[in-house]
Amino acid sequence: MSSHVDGNALAGPLSEVFHTDMTTAVCCCDGCGETTTLASEMVYGAHGLVVRCRSCDDVLITIVETPERVVLSFPGVSSVSVERGAPSA
Amino acid sequence: MAVFSRGFGGRVRESTPDLPPGQFLTEDFPVLSAGPTPEIDTAEWEFTIRTETGASHSWDWDAFRALPSELVATDIHCVTRWSKLGTSWRGVSLDTLFEEVESSYDYVMAHSYGGYTTNLPLEDLLDGKAWIAYEFDGEDLDPEHGGPARLLIPHLYFWKSAKWVNGLVMMKDDEPGFWEQNGYHTYGDPWQEQRYW
Repeated sequence: MSSHVDGNALAGPLSEVFHTDMTTAVCCCDGCGETTTLASEMVYGAHGLVVRCRSCDDVLITIVETPERVVLSFPGVSSVSVERGAPSA
Repeated sequence: MAVFSRGFGGRVRESTPDLPPGQFLTEDFPVLSAGPTPEIDTAEWEFTIRTETGASHSWDWDAFRALPSELVATDIHCVTRWSKLGTSWRGVSLDTLFEEVESSYDYVMAHSYGGYTTNLPLEDLLDGKAWIAYEFDGEDLDPEHGGPARLLIPHLYFWKSAKWVNGLVMMKDDEPGFWEQNGYHTYGDPWQEQRYW
């Protein structure tokens, strides 16, 4: 499909790499400066997942899953902010 | 991502010898896009080949369509494991487009409306191996499938057949395009299963 879904579709693929819910991570687009959660971005499914800025369409992140590895690229992200979990008692 | 055993792939090929290893037949024409489908008016369309001297060779839609075209019957193979056999296209051979182009470089970066890129050796574009296609099954190429015009390089995985192509830039060295930077093989021969890095 050439249409997109929202960033909640990233929860599964990213949980294989990051041990926190990355859909709540806040990304800043290097192109336009839009800052929002990954869950709010646009995700296209092609030969891998392509995350695009909901504001300017720039490619933020690509995720390619091969049999041996997950290849993550961040061509259009200037920062990623991840909330720390509650400190353990 | 699911990984298929060699044994299963082998059985598929035994019954369908035109199918590269690890591929499965489809009768559909799946649409895979890394972004929104660009709206391209043929009145605005342009295709340009740029060389190391700074020379550029450009065709607008009318000039492009005035070039001799060829009917191409071919199989296509997507790296996501579907293959479609006996497809029918019409397009202009890259041999025709390169007739007036002089370059000593051996590699090409294809560029598309929307920003997509893919890298190719020049020799894979010449000698009747590649076209700029504008018809599929006798109809204008649908925008979802790359219309008004796309690359058609059927001997490589189909991500190399860039949709919405608008230019080729000659390169001295082989540099990775969009998917090639992000995990996919730099060449992409389906018969060698050159899918990933």
